Amino acid sequence: MFLQQLINGIMVGSTYSLVAIGYTLIFGVLSVLHFAHGEVFMIGAFIGLESVLVAKMDIPVAILTAMVGAGLLGMLIERGVIRFIKREYHLAPLSATIGLAVVFQEGITKIFGGDTVGFPDTFQAETYRFGNISIDSTQVIILAIAFFLMATLTLFVKKTRTGKAIRAVAESPVTARLLGVNIHRITMFTFGISSALAGAAGVLVGLAYNAISPFMGTRMALLSFAIMLLGGLGNITGAMAGGLILGVVEVLSTVYISSSYRDAFAFGTMVLILIFRPSGLFGTKLQKGR
Amino acid sequence: MLIIAGINIILSLSFYLPQSAGMVSMAQGGFMAIGAFVSAALTVKLGVPFYPALLIGGIIAGMVGVIVGFPALRIKGIYLLLLTLGISEVIRIFFLNFKYTGGVAGLGGIKLHTNLWNVYLVVAILAYFFHRIAPTRMGRALSAIREDEEAAEIMGINLTRTKLQVFGTGAVMAGLAGGFYAHFALYILSDNFGVGKSIEILLPVLIGGIEIFWGAILGSLIVTFIPEWLRVIQPYRMIVFGLIVVVMMILRPQGLVDRSLVRSIRSRFRSDSFRLISNFQKPL
Repeated sequence: MFLQQLINGIMVGSTYSLVAIGYTLIFGVLSVLHFAHGEVFMIGAFIGLESVLVAKMDIPVAILTAMVGAGLLGMLIERGVIRFIKREYHLAPLSATIGLAVVFQEGITKIFGGDTVGFPDTFQAETYRFGNISIDSTQVIILAIAFFLMATLTLFVKKTRTGKAIRAVAESPVTARLLGVNIHRITMFTFGISSALAGAAGVLVGLAYNAISPFMGTRMALLSFAIMLLGGLGNITGAMAGGLILGVVEVLSTVYISSSYRDAFAFGTMVLILIFRPSGLFGTKLQKGR
Repeated sequence: MLIIAGINIILSLSFYLPQSAGMVSMAQGGFMAIGAFVSAALTVKLGVPFYPALLIGGIIAGMVGVIVGFPALRIKGIYLLLLTLGISEVIRIFFLNFKYTGGVAGLGGIKLHTNLWNVYLVVAILAYFFHRIAPTRMGRALSAIREDEEAAEIMGINLTRTKLQVFGTGAVMAGLAGGFYAHFALYILSDNFGVGKSIEILLPVLIGGIEIFWGAILGSLIVTFIPEWLRVIQPYRMIVFGLIVVVMMILRPQGLVDRSLVRSIRSRFRSDSFRLISNFQKPL
């Protein structure tokens, strides 16, 4: 039973990680908390839903579409809004993303209604059993895709030139610029990747719970903040580990303690980390409190 | 309605106060919840008269604010924001599960005690307070803390005491507003008061102006009344506000009312020598 829940937790946690990575990447590069990222996640879910419903796509294709759509949205946000905000007022970029989040959430509610909708049963979920543990194929897909994306991202950031450029900008924008990195393009690209991951996560979460609603973004945003703090702001590995940890803790606490306090664990963790170890479990960017 | 505007003014001022000392608090929604549930439970379940219940609600919210304020002392900027966000949600979840105040079903059967007079009395008191405090030692201390905490401390400002005072007072204000709200809406749910509410509280301050308290007041009035005047946008009003905030952050991040605007309005009513001196003063 415990092992079963552990696997559930890892599955849930891996989707959390995908979104948290986006937050932490953007924070690393721009030192801005992108409040609207949770809504991008939600929009990704809806794109996936519509692809399946309207365009009759398969799930994998729907995920790709969601990634592309969300990625474009993210880049649009950067190019159209964030870039124009003067950075001296430290509340300004944050407030703008709050405004965007409100716009997105309300907008989607107006278009699709505030109800929770589900994916149609496009495929049979088969259940596999290993001893006491049963996993169904949906969960396998989610785990596989989530881990695949995370692995790809890690390789990308470590090995490719663009990945190195992103890390350079995160460490010191001025130096990166002096070395010839195009800050604007890298920032836009970072937004794009983060948003694409979030879009994928949106479809995956929608599949996992068979529930998509305009309000799923806010909850994910709050959880991601907790994860970011747990893992250390700006720390990608931290975000991945933090997501898994939080997912497991949430599932285990729901099963063994009480389900109504589920969300309280995330926030309680957040508060505790901030009080006792603000740099997170894995360490953070050098600049704090900007 | 004017009463709602009054409540919103108190709320945005409750956000403005810690913010003027550099503490961005997303917990005001949570403090409002405390004030609302405590005062409502007192009047509904224990038969306590309205005014004492309101005050007790505010005071308890303030006490929680001070308790939260202690860890908040060491935390800067964005971390504080996240901490207060977490606190807000923890409070919401607490009330969601707290059977005495109704849990999921919320608390109903509240009598209507809030009226134009008591709300605006509080608004007037607060406005007077803010107006009088700005040029004093305390007011400058707040600005100093906001600009540069370490320098403020070196100058002799007691950071701990001032920050706690400010954060606690902000919590009390939000709690009072919560009490007023409860006795106006007559039925409260914990879900009314989460992070969403905190965001609703801070948006008007952003729009109206974060540098001077008049901005918070103006912002609340705008946010409350524009949907009334432009009926056609009613269903889309949050989208409109969101867009306004986005556009304003690009064009005028300090909000509508900023220090130079206030200064130019003031100098119009004063003598020439005042105007002359104002022009030479560096912005605070």
